[in-house]
Amino acid sequence: MKTYGIAAILAASTMIGANIATADESAELIVNGEIEIVTRTAAPAHLSDALDEVISGWVFRSDQTQEMQGDDFDNPGMIWVEAAEEAWSTPEGEKGKSCADCHGDAESMAGVKATFPKWNDGAEKVYTLQMQMNDCRENRMGAEAWGYDKSPAINMEALLSSVSRGMPVNVAIDGPGQATWEKGKELYYTRTGQLDLSCASCHEENYGNMIRADHLSQGQINGFPTYRLKNAKLNGVHSRFKGCVRDTRAQTYKPGSDEFIALEMYVASRGNGLSIEGPSVRN
Amino acid sequence: MKRTTITLVALLAGLTTANAETVAPESVTFEEGAVAQSLTGQPGDAMSGAKIASTKSQGNCIACHEITDLADVPFHGEVGPALDGAGDRWSEAELRGLLVDSKRTFEETVMPAFYKTTGFNRLGKAYTGKAHEGAVEPLLTAQQIEDVVAYLMTLK
Repeated sequence: MKTYGIAAILAASTMIGANIATADESAELIVNGEIEIVTRTAAPAHLSDALDEVISGWVFRSDQTQEMQGDDFDNPGMIWVEAAEEAWSTPEGEKGKSCADCHGDAESMAGVKATFPKWNDGAEKVYTLQMQMNDCRENRMGAEAWGYDKSPAINMEALLSSVSRGMPVNVAIDGPGQATWEKGKELYYTRTGQLDLSCASCHEENYGNMIRADHLSQGQINGFPTYRLKNAKLNGVHSRFKGCVRDTRAQTYKPGSDEFIALEMYVASRGNGLSIEGPSVRN
Repeated sequence: MKRTTITLVALLAGLTTANAETVAPESVTFEEGAVAQSLTGQPGDAMSGAKIASTKSQGNCIACHEITDLADVPFHGEVGPALDGAGDRWSEAELRGLLVDSKRTFEETVMPAFYKTTGFNRLGKAYTGKAHEGAVEPLLTAQQIEDVVAYLMTLK
């Protein structure tokens, strides 16, 4: 039963020479025939001045790319989720513990991904999910921290995302984390590089428009980690940020930097109400 | 020996002339967004301008603008307005100003300034993501700007 693609009204492209499969914007995403994904919803209150509706990047992709995410057997990102399931129950570090020793099944983590990045009282700063994973590794397992956005970390993030699929993104923007959120918002609207573009230049002012052969999305990150057809692997959100900043002909920030932590928090909150999708499939 | 000297003198003279007539990015004079003076003193080559407009590593105008005249090149963008009729809507000076630094005409535009070398935030070394070092080159040369202006003026 494939919900997507039915009665597809292909948006007629008026672009010259464009022979791109355009997205079916009325399609619905139901993963494995059971997990209903909210791909469009009313914008959260903090964003209502800028947008009426928030839209998952899935909506902007071609029918073929959309379909790959509809079934875990077709989703290449699930290969790394399986690898992470093995890591989940493998003891590591001086204390010889695995994730499972404290947390039980990975499925028990359902909902966790949806609230990150969020304030961590002990560390007195905003933690991304990868930072929380490393806190566990260093302090509870006595294991080495994983490199930011490196495969083991991305795979585990994909596993934790996969068990939260269908749950709404719900990142807090007030409380002790608010200053970090404000910093992320400022970065979102700050132009960089010789092309002098901000995140908003493309993803707020021009989503839905074509830029050469690319269909600009809202730059939502509810689908991360993301399997990209372009590089055939799982991609972390900070690495994607880095690529975008680089493409403005700017000096980038590093994955795991304070700037990208703040930006992740802000951009994640722009998707409050959309479903967690990771590992999603994009181009 | 003598011939070499003469050649060298002629060459230097030629260079001096070219330099004198090329307006550096920081010396461009705007009048309400428009730039009346040619950046090179040489007429633009419209054929070359069309190539620059459609080449990804150069002007790549079609990344954001549709141009029916370049329909044989695939994938025209929708971010900016179509450029059909640009030569009717704008004067040569206005088009030159829009290419040099469109923010002088449209303050909030997302269009990059193609002949500007200062005032950037976190300027990188092309598309490497690393910090820029040394002298800054504009996105297009003075003559490339003139060529694209000449091309746009043919779109009537």
